[in-house]
Amino acid sequence: MSASELSILIIDENRIRASIIEDGLREAGHTRVVVLHDVNQVARTIQDSDPDVIVIDLENPQRDTLEHFFSLSKVVQRPIAMFVDRSDGAMIEKSVEAGVSAYVVDGLRKERVKPILDMAVSRFNAFAKLRQELADVRNELEDRKLVDRAKGILMKTRGISEADAYALLRSAAMNQNRKLVEIAQSLITAADLLGP
Amino acid sequence: MSTTRLTAGFLPLFDSALLVLARERGFAEAEGLDINLVRETSWANIRDRAAIGHFEIAQMLAPMPLAASLGLTPIPTPMITPLVLGLGNNCVTVSDTLWQAMLAEGAPGNLVAGPTGLALARVVAASPRKLRFGVVHQTSSHNYELRYWLAASGVHPDRDVEIVVLPPPLLPDALGAGVIDGYCVGEPWNSVGVATKGAHIATVKASIWQSSPDKVIGMRASWAEQHPELVSGVIRAIYHAGAWCADPANHDEAARIMAGPAYLDQPVSLVRRALSGMLDTGAGVSQTVPGFFIPHASAANFPWQSHALWYYSQMVRWGELKPSPQAAAIAAASFRPDLYRAALKPLGVNLPLADSKLEANRQHAGPIAGVPSPFTMLPDRFFDGEVFDPDQLDAYMTRQQQADLPAG
Repeated sequence: MSASELSILIIDENRIRASIIEDGLREAGHTRVVVLHDVNQVARTIQDSDPDVIVIDLENPQRDTLEHFFSLSKVVQRPIAMFVDRSDGAMIEKSVEAGVSAYVVDGLRKERVKPILDMAVSRFNAFAKLRQELADVRNELEDRKLVDRAKGILMKTRGISEADAYALLRSAAMNQNRKLVEIAQSLITAADLLGP
Repeated sequence: MSTTRLTAGFLPLFDSALLVLARERGFAEAEGLDINLVRETSWANIRDRAAIGHFEIAQMLAPMPLAASLGLTPIPTPMITPLVLGLGNNCVTVSDTLWQAMLAEGAPGNLVAGPTGLALARVVAASPRKLRFGVVHQTSSHNYELRYWLAASGVHPDRDVEIVVLPPPLLPDALGAGVIDGYCVGEPWNSVGVATKGAHIATVKASIWQSSPDKVIGMRASWAEQHPELVSGVIRAIYHAGAWCADPANHDEAARIMAGPAYLDQPVSLVRRALSGMLDTGAGVSQTVPGFFIPHASAANFPWQSHALWYYSQMVRWGELKPSPQAAAIAAASFRPDLYRAALKPLGVNLPLADSKLEANRQHAGPIAGVPSPFTMLPDRFFDGEVFDPDQLDAYMTRQQQADLPAG
């Protein structure tokens, strides 16, 4: 295996995601993995590492640059095709949806490249999910702060307990078919407008 | 009327204006379309996401539907355009260092392509290193018009200089960092280079080739086939947006909309220059370019098959494509004047009778045959006086090939 092991170049300005992919590839037994964060070094890096597969983040604006470089490259003498197999529409779509695009040296067998791309796609998806969860947690925290402020306003103006203030907000939300945090936000806005 | 949601990709360039205004000014809504605009980071993404169907329609470089249909792209997909997003809008912008050298070699400083190109040729000949120019994509009007200008000025674009590809918003920074000496791009990225990097606008697309196309609305041929009503709606919405955008009374509002954070995210006064044609060409010099960007006049939105064939001739010229009658036919068929006419005929607006025209033969504004009546076309000359006759395609390509051979 080692003699024919594929050389893989990862180009991703997001260092965390790049390292997640790199780890995955190494765990899968690939040792010839190079990570590049700055696409400006791509010419030299391609010359040095002579990659069989290049995985690049779709959000990287320099995809155009990279493709142009391939099209006239004196360094990479072999023709380069994007994706595993042009006819593999499902694979292409899965990649693009995940935000990953891959350039593969023409002539490589699909079976050899597919697991690499599958891994990259699943890692991209996992990273996106992680980021979404982080955003959700942040939103939740923000929401809780708003509800606390709204409760405080009610407790102060109506002289009620925290539990009663919460019950009042919740019943208002249920009656109006709106989210608790929206009612809290409305109350805070109103209080700011009417405020002392 | 029920509304259909269409997702449209675009890049932050002034020539996305008609697509943006179709949404923002309600022209799309009037056609029952809810256009969901997605700003992309590279032309490669626009091309790929349109090809796999993430985008129903997209702002595209005019040669892009040809390239996709001819199989020059990573995901070869028959693509068409039924509509052009306007004429002009590009400049060639150079660093202050290069500009000073060009001035010393006799550049007139009036944006006129001919003498400016000759001054550049003298700088290139004397330069100890190869000058490097940036364009936005390989199959782009920018690449072909920069190459055309260089070649006709005596600079071979592959032997004498280096041409690299960078996305539009990165070009001013690359120039500022000294990575490139000049670039060809649409507005506002020339004005941004002038305002932030001390660059100079050397010449303009409107001087290299007057009234020439640049961006189109591209879509998969199969999608257009399946949704003729939606295609017609898109054409009408953008046609109306073009008429609205062309009215000087609307320039302030158009500039304000385009300057917004979701679109160009640049100062309004800078964005407005593309509309007025009044450019700050560098070091505070202000020059007005007639027909700098033409969103409506001169059948600006009509997809002339002769334009498609000119792009085809340049793809062959620069070695991207082997010429064949089949390839030429595919190229021409990717521009669809029939769809344009079908959509606009009910409005009773003037429509060109022919699908193709003799290009670059018009020195002064004049009439062209149309239904229900003729209409006025603006001058469309190449700066070197060459004429492109789509019926003499092979002769044109042979002539260029011979001119491009090394001297001696």
